[in-house]
Amino acid sequence: MSQSDYVVAAYAIVFVTLLVYVAIIAAKLARLERETAALAELARARRDTHG
Amino acid sequence: MPLIAAAAAGLVGLAIVFAFLVAPEDADQGISQRIFYFHVPIALTAYACFGWGAWKALRLLWTREERYDLESYVAVHQGTIFGALTLATGSIWAKASWGKWWVWDSNQLVLFLVLFLFYSAYFMLRFSIEEGPRRANASAVYALFGVALIPVSFFAIRLAEDFIHPTTFTRDGPQMTGTMFLAFCVSWLAMSVLAYALYRVELLGKRLDANLRELREALT
Repeated sequence: MSQSDYVVAAYAIVFVTLLVYVAIIAAKLARLERETAALAELARARRDTHG
Repeated sequence: MPLIAAAAAGLVGLAIVFAFLVAPEDADQGISQRIFYFHVPIALTAYACFGWGAWKALRLLWTREERYDLESYVAVHQGTIFGALTLATGSIWAKASWGKWWVWDSNQLVLFLVLFLFYSAYFMLRFSIEEGPRRANASAVYALFGVALIPVSFFAIRLAEDFIHPTTFTRDGPQMTGTMFLAFCVSWLAMSVLAYALYRVELLGKRLDANLRELREALT
C-alpha cells in the first residue's frame, strides 16, 4: 500500500463509521415513528369506544 | 437542531479542504501526515465527550435529577465512538509512518487504549443492572472514575518523555506552520460541532423512546 492509500483508508473509516451511525439513528427514528402511529391509533380507538 | 447538523456538515467539508488543499505537505512524513488533521481532533473530541459524560454524572449525583443519567450515557457513548475512531486512524497512521499497526512501547497509545477499554466496560456495567436509580448511580460513579484517566492519557507522552509518538504541542507552542495549525483548528472545530450534533440527535432519540415507552404503558 502506498502512503496515499493509508490516508484514503484513514479518512474513509471515519466517513463509513459516520454513515453507519446515521443509518442506525435513521432506523431508530423510523421505528419510533411506527410506534407513535400505533399509539395514536390506540388512543383514537379508545376515544371512539368511550364516546 | 438542523442548524447544528448543517454547521457540522459544512465544517467537516471545510476541514477536508483545509487538510488536503490549504495545508502544505509535511517535509518529514509526506502525505501520511494529513491523517493528523482528523486523528488528533477526533482524539481530543473523545476526551471532551468522556469529560462531558463525567460532568453530567457529577450533576446526577449532586442534584439527583434523572435527565443527567441519559445525558451522561449518551456522552460516554459518543466518546467511545470517537475513541474507536482515534484508535483506527492512529493505527493506520502508525502503519504508514512506522511500518507497524501498533507499538506497545508507546505510553500514549497504550494509555489511550486503556481509557477506551475502561469506557467500553461502562456499557457492560450499565446493561447488567436493571433500569432505575441504582443503575444511574453505578453508571455515574464509573463515568466519574474514568475521567481521572483522561489527564494521565493526555500528558503521558510528556511525563514519560516518549519519543515514539510525536509531540506536536510543546511549551513553545504548536510545532507546525501557521497554515497547518489553521487546518488543525478548523478540523478540531468541525469534529467538536459534529460530536455535539450527534450527541443532540442521539439524546433526542433516546428521550423520545423513553416518553413513548411511558405512553405505551399508560395506554395499554
